[in-house]
Amino acid sequence: MNLSFAFIDWNLISSFILKGFYFSVQLTLVAMVGGIALGTIVALMRLSGKKWLEYPAAFYVNTLRSIPLVMVILWFFLLIPLLIGRPLGAELSAMVTFTVFEAAYYSEIMRAGIQSVSKGQVSAGYAVGMNYAQCMRFIVLPQAFRNMLPVLLTQTIILFQDTSLVYAVGAYDLLKGFEVAGKNFNRPVEMYLLAAITYFIICFSLSMLVRRLQQKIAIIR
Amino acid sequence: MSWDWQVFFQDTGSGQTYLNWMMSAWGWTLLVSGCSLVVALTVGSLMGILRTTPVKAFVWIGNAWTELFRNIPLLVQIFLWYHVIPSIFKSLQSVPDIVAVVIALGFFTSARISEQVRAGIQALPRGQRYAGLAVGLTLPQTYRFVLLPMAFRIVIPPLTSESMNIIKNSSVAFAVSITELTFFAMQAQEETSRGVEIYLAVTFLYFISAFAINRVAAVIEQRVKVPGMIGGGK
Repeated sequence: MNLSFAFIDWNLISSFILKGFYFSVQLTLVAMVGGIALGTIVALMRLSGKKWLEYPAAFYVNTLRSIPLVMVILWFFLLIPLLIGRPLGAELSAMVTFTVFEAAYYSEIMRAGIQSVSKGQVSAGYAVGMNYAQCMRFIVLPQAFRNMLPVLLTQTIILFQDTSLVYAVGAYDLLKGFEVAGKNFNRPVEMYLLAAITYFIICFSLSMLVRRLQQKIAIIR
Repeated sequence: MSWDWQVFFQDTGSGQTYLNWMMSAWGWTLLVSGCSLVVALTVGSLMGILRTTPVKAFVWIGNAWTELFRNIPLLVQIFLWYHVIPSIFKSLQSVPDIVAVVIALGFFTSARISEQVRAGIQALPRGQRYAGLAVGLTLPQTYRFVLLPMAFRIVIPPLTSESMNIIKNSSVAFAVSITELTFFAMQAQEETSRGVEIYLAVTFLYFISAFAINRVAAVIEQRVKVPGMIGGGK
């Protein structure tokens, strides 16, 4: 068949694709900020040394990491309306799902980051009279965060790719934008191809940037 | 809300129960995952090895392959193999749907495996390569007899988690109507409205599948360990 891209104009891009793109970016940012915050708390729970905090946190992380993301999306889409008594809509439901799901992955990264900070640093904190919370807040977490920044960002690129899975509940994301445009103009093949190219350009450039950053950060270590 | 596990013994309308259907869906999940794993291990190892060779063109091919298949979402890759490739190459239209999914999932995972195989080979002391070449082995022989036997042992743990990821990622095949577990879950949920029971059962099957792979890998790791080396003990 002959591929033809002549039908693509600014109108198509702005009315179909940008709408989806904005949602994908929004979902990525919400899940990144929420996921890192929640993930850090979970990581701190797992490293707290108190069993009643450790076990629930470990259960949370291990459970979510062993279920396919699509199933997690379906679970939340099914359960949220049962719990709050009214449907939440695919978009909002996806934001909750991704935040909770990504927190499990971010928490593993933060845990590794916290463990990479040497014990002497914590001892030094206690020695100058800080309590546990202050040690974490002013000494350990800033370093853990900095050490793990490239990994956290790489996970965010994966998260951006994963947002395409909201397809399962029909939310309107970047991929959906291409798909709807392809259906409307009866050119699905070209649109899927363009979708792949778009995702590639975004993710490839971001991963190049992360690699740069990694080299910069590596100098001080 | 109350449980209703009887739902699994209901007829789906085509002479089989939902339980039968779920078991066959599980079979599809395992089939897709198994075939994709073979593709991913083969292609991923090859690409990983190419990236460590002294030949610049090979390194470039390996790098390009890895970047290409790592930076496109799996779902989009499945659509590429399912919708785009057959409409460009007409002769491929008669290929069964599952082949598209296996290729997509296999190549997607091969990019990750290539990273790990490369890292495994590079983790070996450089002297091993030189030693192999110095005793007169050719480059392919050095890989075959010196580098790869150790490198593959090093990468067993990350390859295990990739294999478990394949089981999880096979769920994306629902998008092109492969009747695997996730597709079953969505359909059965709609038909019976007993979503919680159905999702629980499906989630449980994903759990056991991934756990089984984990155990098999542990046995392999135990069998091939080299005394005195990485995890070989004693």
